[in-house]
Amino acid sequence: MLDLHGYGPSIMKGAVVTVELALLSLLLAVVLGLIGASSKLSGNRGLYAGATAYTTLIRGVPDLVMMLLLYYGGQVLVNKLSDFLYYQFDIDWFLQFDPFISGVLTIGLIFGAYMTETFRGAFLAVDSGQIEAGKAYGFTRWHTFRRIMFPQMLRHALPGVGNNWQVLLKTTALVSIIGLTDMVRVAEQASKAEHAPFKYFVPVAVVYLLLTAGSELFIRWVNSRVSVGVVKGD
Amino acid sequence: MAENAPLICKDIHKTFNENEVLKGISLETRKGDVVSLIGSSGSGKSTFLRCINLLETPTAGEVIVHGEPIRFKQNRKGIRVPADNKQVELMRAKLSMVFQGFNLWSHMTVMENIIEAPMHVLKVPKKEAIERAEAYLHKVGIYERKDYYPSHMSGGQQQRAAIARALAMEPEVMLFDEPTSALDPELVGEVLRVMQSLAEEGRTMIVVTHEMAFARDVSSQVLFLHQGRIEEQGTPEKVFDNPDSERMKQFLAPKF
Repeated sequence: MLDLHGYGPSIMKGAVVTVELALLSLLLAVVLGLIGASSKLSGNRGLYAGATAYTTLIRGVPDLVMMLLLYYGGQVLVNKLSDFLYYQFDIDWFLQFDPFISGVLTIGLIFGAYMTETFRGAFLAVDSGQIEAGKAYGFTRWHTFRRIMFPQMLRHALPGVGNNWQVLLKTTALVSIIGLTDMVRVAEQASKAEHAPFKYFVPVAVVYLLLTAGSELFIRWVNSRVSVGVVKGD
Repeated sequence: MAENAPLICKDIHKTFNENEVLKGISLETRKGDVVSLIGSSGSGKSTFLRCINLLETPTAGEVIVHGEPIRFKQNRKGIRVPADNKQVELMRAKLSMVFQGFNLWSHMTVMENIIEAPMHVLKVPKKEAIERAEAYLHKVGIYERKDYYPSHMSGGQQQRAAIARALAMEPEVMLFDEPTSALDPELVGEVLRVMQSLAEEGRTMIVVTHEMAFARDVSSQVLFLHQGRIEEQGTPEKVFDNPDSERMKQFLAPKF
C-alpha cells in the first residue's frame, strides 16, 4: 500500500467516496433517463414538453454551475421553507444539504438528461415488428414493454450508457469543489501541504484510470449478455 | 349459424390521411374455411388482414369474432378507437398472426417464443405450455431447433417456428400476412406444406398470399382485391377458371 506521507489511506477512503457517489448518481440518472425517455415517447404533449425542457436546460448549463446552484441555492430554499413551516404551522423541519447528497442530486440530474436521449434512441431502435408481434398475441402494453421492448432496448442503450458512465465517473471530481472529501480533495490538500502535486495527483489519476478501465471490461461482459440471439454484424 | 362463425367482417373501411385504402370489405367465414386474399401490391389485402386483429383500427365497419362484436368509440380528437382494450387483447388471443417478416422475438429462443403468449396471455401453466410447444414444433418439423435463437435459423425455419407460435395459442382463426414473401424461393415449399397440412386439419385460416397455386389448391374461398374493393369472390374454381372481372383476367394472364 502506498503510504504517501500518511495520505495514502485517506486517498483510498476518498476513492471509496468517489465510487459511492458515482454509483448512486448513476442509479438516479438511469431512473430519470427512463422516465425522461418514456415521457418523450409517450405521445402526451405535456410530458413531452416537460422532458424536452429538462434535457435542453440541463445540457445547456455547465455542470459546475448546476452544482453550485443546487448546493448553495438549494440550501437557501430549504432554509426559507423551514422558516415558513415553523412560523406558519409550527412544524420543526430542517434539511442540511451536505456535499454528498448535493453531488448525487446534481450529477444524477445532469446525467439523467443524457440518459434520456440515450434511452429514447434505444427505444426507437427496437424493430416495430417485434412490438407488433406482442400486440398481435394479446399482450397488454405493460407486458409488451417489460418482456419485449425493455430487454431489446438494453442492447441498443448499452454503448451510450457505458459512455455516459465513464464521463459521469470523471465528473464526480467536481464535487470536491463544494467540499466533499473525495479522493481529489484529499490529493489537493496533500499536494498543497507538501508542495508535491505529482506525488498526489498521479495516484488519483491512476485510480480513475483503473475504475474506467474496469468498467469498460464490465460493460463488454454485460453487452455479450444482452446481445444473445444477435448475429454479429447485424 | 352466424353466431358460430369464427369471424365476420362487415363493410370494413380504412382511410390513411384522406387516402381511402379499404372501401368496404366484407367477409364471412365458417369453421374450417381457408380464405385466400389475393391482389396486386397496394390493393389493400394486407391492410384488411391487419384490420381484422386491429393492428389497424378500421375507420368504419364491424369485426365480429365468434359472435362477439368489437366495440369502438370516438376519442377526443374524433378518431375511432377500440372502446375496450381488454376486449381487443382477448380477441387477439383468439386470432394468432403469422407475419411476412416472421417477427419472432429475437432475444428469446424458439421455445421461449412459443410459450410466452400461452403462459402470459392464456395463463397456461409452464409445464403444459412446454408440452404444447414441443408437440407443435414436431408438427412443423423443427423440434431439434427448439433452443436456437431465431437469427441462427434459416428463413423457412423461422417462419415454421412462427407458425408453431401461432398454433400454440390454439386460435379460432389463424391470420397469415404474406408468409412466404420474404423467403428465398427454395424455402417457400416447406412453409406452404405446413400450411397445407393445417388446412387439411380443418383450421380456419385467412391467408394474404401471392402463391396462386396455394390459393387455388388449398383455399375454400378466394377474395381478389383491387383498389380497396372486392373485385372477384368465390370458390377457387370460380375465381381462377371463370372470373367475371376484367381485372382478375388481367391479373391471371401470363406476364411474359
